[in-house]
Amino acid sequence: MSAGRRILALHLGVLAALLLLQFALPPYHHTNVARILVLAGYAIGYNVLLGYTGLMSLGHAMFFAAGMYGAGLPVYYLGVGAPAAFGLGLASGVGLALAFGLMALRTSGPSFLIVSLMFAQALFLATLYFNDVTLGDQGFILSDKLAPLGLGGAQFGFHEPGVKYNVALAIFAACLATALALRLSALGRVLIGIRENEERTRLLGYDSFRYKLVALGVSGALASAAGAGYALLFSYVGSTFASILFSIYPLLWTLLGGVGTVLGPLLGTALMFYLVDTVSGVTSSYLLFVGAALIALVLWFPQGLLGTVRSRWLPWLP
Amino acid sequence: MAAVAPLLATQALSKHFGGLAAVREVSLQIQSGEIRAIIGPNGAGKTTLVGMICGRHVPSSGRILYRGSDITALRPWQRLRLGIAYTFQVTSIFKGLSCYENVALPAQRGLMQGFFARLAPGEPAVAARVRAALEAVGLADLAGQRADELAYGHQRLLELAMALATGPQLLILDEPTQGLAEGEITAFCALIRRVAEQATVLLIEHNMQVVLALARRVTVMDAGEILAEGTPAEIERHPAVQKAYLGR
Ligand SMILES: Nc1ncnc2c1ncn2[C@@H]1O[C@H](COP(=O)(O)OP(=O)(O)O)[C@@H](O)[C@H]1O
Ligand SMILES: [Mg+2]
Repeated sequence: MSAGRRILALHLGVLAALLLLQFALPPYHHTNVARILVLAGYAIGYNVLLGYTGLMSLGHAMFFAAGMYGAGLPVYYLGVGAPAAFGLGLASGVGLALAFGLMALRTSGPSFLIVSLMFAQALFLATLYFNDVTLGDQGFILSDKLAPLGLGGAQFGFHEPGVKYNVALAIFAACLATALALRLSALGRVLIGIRENEERTRLLGYDSFRYKLVALGVSGALASAAGAGYALLFSYVGSTFASILFSIYPLLWTLLGGVGTVLGPLLGTALMFYLVDTVSGVTSSYLLFVGAALIALVLWFPQGLLGTVRSRWLPWLP
Repeated sequence: MAAVAPLLATQALSKHFGGLAAVREVSLQIQSGEIRAIIGPNGAGKTTLVGMICGRHVPSSGRILYRGSDITALRPWQRLRLGIAYTFQVTSIFKGLSCYENVALPAQRGLMQGFFARLAPGEPAVAARVRAALEAVGLADLAGQRADELAYGHQRLLELAMALATGPQLLILDEPTQGLAEGEITAFCALIRRVAEQATVLLIEHNMQVVLALARRVTVMDAGEILAEGTPAEIERHPAVQKAYLGR
């Protein structure tokens, strides 16, 4: 089997397994996996910037939140339908990412990290400040405002578990396909060049600023698609999702699964989700366990789980 | 004799780092098709000079003309697209990537014209260019090897393959034979002669054997200035050169 076919087969296999998984899962895990799939889409978007381009952001919650509010507010106030709301959320995220990039990409390394953190904090505080509109950290619920999805005469309500799961899977699949296509494209090769040695890449004929801006746009698009999807599927929009914690999560998920691997973010998101879920059932200080897990990870698997698998056994893994 | 417009000309080009004048008012002309060597002691300003030509450094003053047009304000990637390629004195390869990927990045550049070609320039065409560049330097068998696992001499050759893959018209080599073994240097000279059939070569070199074997003209730099210029034989006889550089 050629390398290209093997890669395609692996990723289609993962998607097929996720499609079948819904028939095997008990209801509780059914919803959990739907959540994980949307959040993994967010992590994949994060990884486009960190893993492919080498830019570490601590402000990605602003893109997730842009998608969430961009989709949620029009539904709540204007009764906009789900597909249009999703499009608005996506557009908000991409617009914010490009505007942010034009300013922030003049910096790199630690300064970029700080600038992204500051921008995200500004957006978070804005969601609290414009309390009248956003309802602040109390947030608002969409379920009674959101019309069911009409498809070929049939009606699909977002409260139905089957609809939730499959829409979540569709969003995840779109994020995965985008990341994989990017990774294998000429563009992906340039981004990896920038990650490995930016000055060299510029001297080989590439305007690195423009390529980083494109990467940020794609990263923001995926993060906001996940944010919009999360709002529509789980019917809640609140400022917690714009907080620093939601900027740290995708970093942790990506580190755990493997920075710069296509499937790593999914693995990391799922493991961390269930780790927190299990531990918080036992003790309220679950963050302590998350911290311990991360220290263990950095000590034994500094490349993350799939990064380690790739360097030890499967060098062809994208 | 009709004056032929030079491929590259610098006009009173200077570079200051703080109070230090690394390059002072250097005016240099390079004809199309020649192999030019620049020699001079450490700290003479050779790397800084070629750094301004390829766009790594912004000149403090002066102009750079390429094929008669002023490229002083162009960014490095724009100069590469005009055919100016540079290999670093301190090997600058993508250490974590395979040789293939190292060369594929510059190789795909010329194929990325137009929107769709930007996304997918067509891997077979890229692969053909990569193979040609790796074969030219004799690394075709190591295409799959990670760059940081290569022997030092091979890393220097990979650096050269990356520059060749851009299809250069002016190839600038900064001390390419530094750290190479005797046999490797002989092979390297043969390689540069082949490359020079297609491209103009500007070579910074410490090894006088290599300079004598390759260059038809030699420029001597010292303390940021051009000390002398001429054929290798003239340069060897030049009193200032013997004093300042050859140490006689
Ligand atoms: N980036 C830099 N910042 C400050 N000084 C520099 C820099 N690059 C080179 N120099 C100084 O400029 C002078 C010329 O250096 P260089 O061009 O590397 O000389 P050469 O290549 O001939 O050995 C040296 O004194 C060096 O220390
Ligand atoms: Mg030097």
